[in-house]
Amino acid sequence: MAHPSTWLTTRPAGLYCEPGGFYLDPHGAVTKAVVTHGHSDHARPGHGAVLATAETLAVMHARNAAPASERAIRYGETLVVNGVAITLQPAGHVLGSAQIVLEHAGSRAVVSGDYKRAADPTCATFVPVPCDVFITEATFALPVFRHPPAAAEIARLLASIALFPERTHVVGCYALGKAQRLIALLRGAGWDRPIYLHGALQTLCDLYVELGIELGELRPVGAGSHLAGEIVLAPPSAIADRWARRLGDPVICAASGWMRVRQRAKQGGVELPLVISDHADWPELLSTADDVAAPEIWVTHGREDALIHALGQRGIRGRALRLVGREVEE
Amino acid sequence: MIAFADLLERLLFSPGCNAKLALLRRHFETVPDPDRGLALAAIAGSLEFPSAKPALIRELASRRTDPELFAMSYDYVGDLAETVALMWPTEGGETAPSLSDVVAGLRDTPKSELPALVELWLDACTPSVRLALLKLITGGLRVGATARLAKLALARMSQGRVTDAEIEEIWHALAPPYEPLFAWLEGKGPRPDAAGRPLFRPPMLANPLEESDVASLDPAHYVAEWKWDGIRVQLLGGPEPRLFSRAGEDISAAFPDIVANLAHRVVLDGELLVMREGAVLPFADLQQRLNRKAPTRAMVERFPAHVRLYDMLFEEGEDLRALPFAARRARLETWFARVAPGGADLSPIIGFTTLDQLREMRAGAREAGSEGLMLKRADSPYIAGRPRGLWWKWKREPLSIDAVVMYAQRGHGRRSSFYSDFTFGVWDGEALVPVGKAYSGISDRELAFLDNWVRHNTVARFGPVREVEKSLVLEIAFDGAQRSTRHRSGVALRFPRIARLRRDKPAAEADTLANVTRLIPGERL
Repeated sequence: MAHPSTWLTTRPAGLYCEPGGFYLDPHGAVTKAVVTHGHSDHARPGHGAVLATAETLAVMHARNAAPASERAIRYGETLVVNGVAITLQPAGHVLGSAQIVLEHAGSRAVVSGDYKRAADPTCATFVPVPCDVFITEATFALPVFRHPPAAAEIARLLASIALFPERTHVVGCYALGKAQRLIALLRGAGWDRPIYLHGALQTLCDLYVELGIELGELRPVGAGSHLAGEIVLAPPSAIADRWARRLGDPVICAASGWMRVRQRAKQGGVELPLVISDHADWPELLSTADDVAAPEIWVTHGREDALIHALGQRGIRGRALRLVGREVEE
Repeated sequence: MIAFADLLERLLFSPGCNAKLALLRRHFETVPDPDRGLALAAIAGSLEFPSAKPALIRELASRRTDPELFAMSYDYVGDLAETVALMWPTEGGETAPSLSDVVAGLRDTPKSELPALVELWLDACTPSVRLALLKLITGGLRVGATARLAKLALARMSQGRVTDAEIEEIWHALAPPYEPLFAWLEGKGPRPDAAGRPLFRPPMLANPLEESDVASLDPAHYVAEWKWDGIRVQLLGGPEPRLFSRAGEDISAAFPDIVANLAHRVVLDGELLVMREGAVLPFADLQQRLNRKAPTRAMVERFPAHVRLYDMLFEEGEDLRALPFAARRARLETWFARVAPGGADLSPIIGFTTLDQLREMRAGAREAGSEGLMLKRADSPYIAGRPRGLWWKWKREPLSIDAVVMYAQRGHGRRSSFYSDFTFGVWDGEALVPVGKAYSGISDRELAFLDNWVRHNTVARFGPVREVEKSLVLEIAFDGAQRSTRHRSGVALRFPRIARLRRDKPAAEADTLANVTRLIPGERL
């Protein structure tokens, strides 16, 4: 057996599979890449050929990051490239997000990309794959990060709307994944009024609907609208900016795992922090390590020191890859 | 406790004063006694639990969490109580104790049994309630609500019956849980009475004078004094004499030598100093006394306390605060001449006619052993707080040295990912010796540069501390130098901050320890 460390290396452009001749989520444009999901720090524009799920490729097209040539495979389907078997499995992060399972010379490595274990009505649930090396993110790898159930956070949002019916609740959230998950959660909690969108969220919401995710009635925020008692979704950069002023005394909310830490929430001018994350929290990172039973875990980005320490206590060898170009924003 | 935790969370996240006032008012109106009064006490900082200290939280954290993960989490979160509240290993439920249970428990439980009690509470509570509980223990809620704001909310709650100034006036006669105060505010009880007890009166404070303000001052309207390098105190003379710090803390026990001279029925405003044979000793000597709740006889003899008086608020029960400063000063001088109290003198009035004369005197402030100048309008009444335009403090120019960065550590909170805390040193022969630490004074851009520089010039790591290449010079501004055992150099700087990055300057040309020692008062070569 050839250990994955002999055939998976880090190069300036990112993680590279030597025998396969392809990169995994490279941060610069390359000839061949396998991409876990459509967030811009994983799916860069300008690649020659990309292998990914059909949904991820559709997201790349919608974001003007389409490669010159592409190949889509389904979850569970295997493709062999130069003796490396590539299989995609759900990562539970956003629609189309996949873990890349690589098998070569008798060993198996899993590149998980970004992932979460909590249920999400807008994407397939994470599937743990036992492996020799598991490659993980560590965005929320500190024991202070424990995401409460998303439904409870949605209930807090709805309670606030009941308390301030004359104000608009504007929720800052990322355009891919978080926005659609919030909408689906609100629908699940019985909110059937139209939900208003900042223009920057429209394209990807339309794409989700096209790909079969029910989101109910969505309306653009018009100029000069007040929208008392309504819910507006907007990118995090817009919520505390001039754009939000048209909403008339809005309650500024933000949906992110970072909202767990008060000073962090406060700095963004957030009045109602909602701890809703599409990344694994601390207990999920550790339970995933148990589930995949890998003797060795490589950490791509985030708080790798804490995770490697905790893995060490479980007898798992941790290694920091320190990949550049990854954002720890959510 | 759940309502209190909820109040703290909402206060923290509500941006405006009006929203905070509304939240406080609603809390005081809807929560029953005694919990609302205890919430008021917590916000006003008047709850103290002598056996519940931050060390208790650290002890519990070390018992229930991994030390390294705790250290990393604390480094990220930047707040001890919040770190523990968030990483405490239980989920917690809705069965929180009441605020009065918690206050009674923290106050009355023997110290040896306290950790077990707090641990039980933490296990039972949600992170939000845990945080409120731990904040009570660490003191300082840091939710952007002050005692002042709470008093404004109380005045609003009275619906016009009571003004905030009236609340301020009697505040120091009250104690938690403030039931008579709430009864008065709600029109159900009389004005709480000080019953002849000596009362601390909120002091009048000065605004810093910026260079741009100077030209607009009319010298004819102002009286000038030196700004003394001690601490501001209020003296309450009479049968039960008291000495209060500026914030209203009773420090009588620490200064029996001052209190012994306060037999007369007056309320005076002045500066507490340590003086020996007519000379004011350095601030470090006053700190020796301030650090002691009750000094030994030897301490009192070695560091005799002294007050330099500058204002008189009451004389024989007569409230002088509405009089102009010049009239109060005249009363003070007459009284002082008649009584000649021990351990005190008058802060002299500096004669001047032009602003340029003042400017010159300010330039000589350091030699005169003073922090700068005070300018007071001759017609100013004594108004609690920091009213604009009446009193000014015109601080002396800071000192500065060029020092070499030796160690760096990541900051807290917003700066938790940046190396933003620097230990710097000066040359003692061939070696660098540390003389201080600075965190402030730099722009975000300089911070980004320094952070990057530290990461690329690390030569060793000691836990969270990085030792760096001794090649980067910072210009450090500071208010003074003093002898100290805190640093290897035996010298410490007061209020050091980074004035400039001196990337142009070779480390070898940074200042020497001898240069710094020369700046210690009384050690000029």
